[in-house]
Amino acid sequence: MRYLPKSPAERQEMLASIGVKSIDELFSSIPEAYRLKEPLKLPGPFSEAEVVQYFEERANENSRGYTSFLGAGIYSHLRSVVTDTILQRGEFLTSYTPYQAEMAQGTLQAIFEFQTLMCQLTGQEVANASMYDGSTATTEAVLMAERLTGRQRVLVARSVHPEYRGVLRTYAKNSGLHVEELPFSATGTLDTNALKSALKDDVCAVVVQSPNFFGAMEELQPVAGMARRAGALLVVAITEALSLGLVKPPEEADIVAMEGQSFGLAPSYGGPFVGVIASREKYVRQMPGRLAGQTTDLEGRRGFVLTLATREQHIRREKATSNICTNQALCALAATVHLSLLGKEGIREMAEQNLAKAQFTLTELEKIPGVKRTFCAPFFNEFTVELPRSVKIVNTELLKSKIIGPYVLGSAYPEITKHALVCVTETTSRKDIERFVGALKDALLVPV
Amino acid sequence: MKKGMNEKIKTASRHTNRNEGLIFERSSPHKRAFDLPPLDVPAADPEKALGKIHRSEGVEGFPEVSEIEVLRHFTRLSTWNFAIDLGMYPLGSCTMKYNPRVNELVARLPGIATEHPSQPQELSQGCFKILSLLEKCLLEITGMEAITLQPAAGAQGELTGLLLARAHHQKNGNPRKKVLIPDSAHGTNPATVVIAGYEVENIKSNADGQVDIAKLREQVTEDVAALMLTNPSTLGIFEQQIPEIAEILHSKGALLYMDGANMNALTGVTQPGRMGVDVMHLNLHKTFSTPHGGGGPGAGPVAVKKFLEPFLPIPVLMEKPDGKFALDYQRKESIGRVRAFGGNFGVLVRALAYILAYGPEVRLATEDAVLNANYIRKNLEGVYDLPYKRPSMHEVVFSDAIQKRRGVNTMDIAKRLIDYGFHPYTTAFPLIVPGALMIEPTESESKQECDYFIEAMKDIAEEVEKQPEIVKTAPHTTRVRRLDEVAAARKPILRWKPPEKHSGAAG
Repeated sequence: MRYLPKSPAERQEMLASIGVKSIDELFSSIPEAYRLKEPLKLPGPFSEAEVVQYFEERANENSRGYTSFLGAGIYSHLRSVVTDTILQRGEFLTSYTPYQAEMAQGTLQAIFEFQTLMCQLTGQEVANASMYDGSTATTEAVLMAERLTGRQRVLVARSVHPEYRGVLRTYAKNSGLHVEELPFSATGTLDTNALKSALKDDVCAVVVQSPNFFGAMEELQPVAGMARRAGALLVVAITEALSLGLVKPPEEADIVAMEGQSFGLAPSYGGPFVGVIASREKYVRQMPGRLAGQTTDLEGRRGFVLTLATREQHIRREKATSNICTNQALCALAATVHLSLLGKEGIREMAEQNLAKAQFTLTELEKIPGVKRTFCAPFFNEFTVELPRSVKIVNTELLKSKIIGPYVLGSAYPEITKHALVCVTETTSRKDIERFVGALKDALLVPV
Repeated sequence: MKKGMNEKIKTASRHTNRNEGLIFERSSPHKRAFDLPPLDVPAADPEKALGKIHRSEGVEGFPEVSEIEVLRHFTRLSTWNFAIDLGMYPLGSCTMKYNPRVNELVARLPGIATEHPSQPQELSQGCFKILSLLEKCLLEITGMEAITLQPAAGAQGELTGLLLARAHHQKNGNPRKKVLIPDSAHGTNPATVVIAGYEVENIKSNADGQVDIAKLREQVTEDVAALMLTNPSTLGIFEQQIPEIAEILHSKGALLYMDGANMNALTGVTQPGRMGVDVMHLNLHKTFSTPHGGGGPGAGPVAVKKFLEPFLPIPVLMEKPDGKFALDYQRKESIGRVRAFGGNFGVLVRALAYILAYGPEVRLATEDAVLNANYIRKNLEGVYDLPYKRPSMHEVVFSDAIQKRRGVNTMDIAKRLIDYGFHPYTTAFPLIVPGALMIEPTESESKQECDYFIEAMKDIAEEVEKQPEIVKTAPHTTRVRRLDEVAAARKPILRWKPPEKHSGAAG
C-alpha cells in the first residue's frame, strides 16, 4: 500500500527485534472474542486515479452549471489562487497545533495576524484564533456572557439565522440557560419594544445579527443602550463578514461572533468554515479558544506563543472556558491570506460591487408586477421580496433555466409565506441577473 | 562598522535568515494585491444605500501590499514550521500520519467545493452519496449501528455523544447527575462533561494504568450517566476488562462512552461496537488522515447503538425507496443541531478518500502503527523508564524518572529532540504519569525514520549523563529559542497595533 513505507523484509526485521514471530502477537492484549477474523467490508482499495474518478462522478451529480441566488449564511465570493497556493504548502497543511512554539512560528505569526485583522474589522480589542464556525461562535459568546454576568436569561432576535438559534438552543438546554426569542418588526429588524419589555436584570446577553437573516442592517446603538442599562451584554452575530468592508464595525457590541467563510473559504456544502470571537480586552480571560501572543525569546527576538492557556481544556479541564481543542486554524490562515490579498482597497471595492449588484437586482425585480420589496431597513447583498405566489413553485420553474432561486423564508418563518431571500454577490454577472429576473417574471406567468 | 553590515544583510536576506516581519509592517498606502473584474451594473452610493452606518474610510491598519509580497510573506512564514511533510511527529494520541495529497484535490473539485447546503436536494445527490458512503464505512469500521457526521471536531463529538446519553436518560425518567472520567483522560473529556450539564467524577486508574474495576463498581450508581473511556487508554494500553466495565455500567443503566481518539490501534482488527460501547466519537483528523492544518479543521462523527438513534442531531440522511437521498428534519426526539449546516463536509470528503484508498486493507495501517510503537518501545526500554509494563498498542508512554536524577525533565528532553530534527513527543500527559514521554509514531514512519528517532533518543539519554546542560538549554538550532511564555501571559499582546505617531516605536 503506497501510504505505508515498509517492505516485507523490514517488517520481519522489526518483529525479530521486538522478539515476536508475527504481527498478530502484538494484538494479543485484545480478547480473542473481539478480534475480527475477516477483513472489513469496505469499498476499495482504490488507486489514486480511482479515488479521483469516484469524486469526479459525485461532482457531476450536484449543481454544476447552475447559477445560484442563495446566501442565507453562506456566500459565494471571489477567491484568489494565491490563497490555495499558500494553504497547500505542506508546512502549513500538515503541521500540528503550535504547542511547541519553536517549531511552529509560521502558524503562530499567521494566527497573530488573523487576530489583528479580526480586531481591525470588528472594531473590538481582542480576537481569538478561531472557533468552529459562526453558529458555535455565537453560542460560545452567549456562554461567555453568562460567565461574565452570572445571569441565565438570553434574549435572541428571531432575525438571527435560524440554524444559529438552533445551535444555541441545543447548548442552552443543558446549561441552565433560558433562551427567549424576540420578534422582528415591519422593517425586518429587532422589535425594540419587545426587547424593552423583556429586558430585566436577569439577562446575560442580547443577541442580534447584522446584517440579519433577512439581509437587513440592525440599529445597534439603541439596542446596545438598552442592554447596557439592564446590565446585559450585547452579542452581535455576523454571517456575511464582507459587509464590514462597507459598514461601520459594531463597536457597540460587547462580543462579536462572526462567520469568516466569506474570506477565502469555498461553500463546500456547509464546511469547514471559520468562526470568530472578538471582544473587549477586559473580558479576555473569559474568552474561549486559543490565543496567540507576542513575546521574546532568550536572545530578545520577537516570537509568538499560545498564551493565557489556563482558560483552556488541556490545563483547566472541567474549569475551562470551553471544551474546544481542534479549531479551524487552516481556515483562519485562508482568511488571513485572502484579506492580505484583498487589502484595504480591495475589500471596500468587493463590498461596493456586492452592494451595487444587489441594488440593481432589486430595481429590476421591482419592475415585475406583483413583486414587492419587504423590510425596508438598509441591506448589503441580501434582501427580501414578496412574490404573488409560492416561492417554492417559482423556484421549481427557475430550475428549468438552470437557476437556483432565492431562499424560501417561509420554511424557517411560517408567518411570512411567499417571501424570498435574494442574495447577489460580485460573482453574479449582470447577464445572469437579467436572466434570473426574466425567468422569474416568466415563472410568475406560468398557470398554476 | 561590521555590525552595521550584518544588520543590512539580515534585513535584505529575509528568505534565508527568516527575519520576516508582520504583513502590516510591509504595508504602504495604495499598494494592491487583488483586482476585481469591472463592475457591470450601475454603481451604488453607499451613503445613500446604507445611511449613517456606512464606512466612510477604509478599515484602519488593513494590509496594503502587492501579490508577490503576500506570497513571499506567507511562504517565508511557512518555512518556520515543522510538518508531517518534513518529518515525524511522535505525538501521543495525535496520530500525525501522512495526509494524502489526492484528498486535497478531490475536496477542491468544482461540484464538490462549490455546493451550498440550502440548494435543492435533487441537485445535491452527489454530496449525499458521499455522506452516505462515509456513514456506511465508519459504521463498518466501528461496528456501531447509527451515526452523525455533524460535529466539527472531537470535542464537539464528545459533547454530542453526552447530549445523546442525556436525552436517553431523560426519556427513561432520570437524566442523572454525573459522568465518570478516568484520571488518564484527555482534557476535553472533563471540559465537555461540564458543558453537557453534568458533574465530573474522577475514577482512579489501578497500578496497571487501567480502570480499577473495584472502584468502578463502587462509583457506578443510578446517578451516573456514563463512563467516558479512551480505548486503548492514553497509555496506549488496551482496556482488557472492557467486558466487565460494560457490564457494571449497564447493570445500573449507565452508558459506556468511548473516546475514539486512539482508533488507530483498532481499525480493521476489532470493533468498539463488539465491546459493549454504546456511543463513541471518532477524530477524522487523527485516524482518518485529514490534515491538522496547524490546529484544524477536524471533524468528530459520533456513532451509536440503535437505541440512541432517535436522538441524533437533525437533519439525518435517509435513502428513499427510489434510491435517491433526502434530509430528514422530522425527528421529534432529536437533540437538535450542534452546528449550522451539515458538518465539515470538506473534511468528510478527505476522510472518505482515505478510506477508499485503503479499502479492506486498512488493517495494514493499524498493524504498522502498532509495529512501529512496539519497535520503539523495545529499543528504548531501559534507556527511559517504562512505568506501565503491559503490552503497548499504537503508542508507548515512558517517564523521565531516570533523567530526573540528573536534573533533566521531559520538557528538556523534548526540546533537545528538536535539535535532532524531530518534533517533540507529547510531554506532561497523561496526568497519571509524572514527567511523561508519550510517543506515537503512526504507520507513516519507515523503519529508517524509527531508527533515527531511537538513535536520537538514545543520544539524548547519553547527553543527559555526560553533559546535561546541553539538554537543559535546548533547543540550540531553531530560529527562536525558549520563548518567554510567562511574559506573554503576564502582559498579553494579542494583536498588532500601528506604531504611535509620536513615540516612533515599532509595533
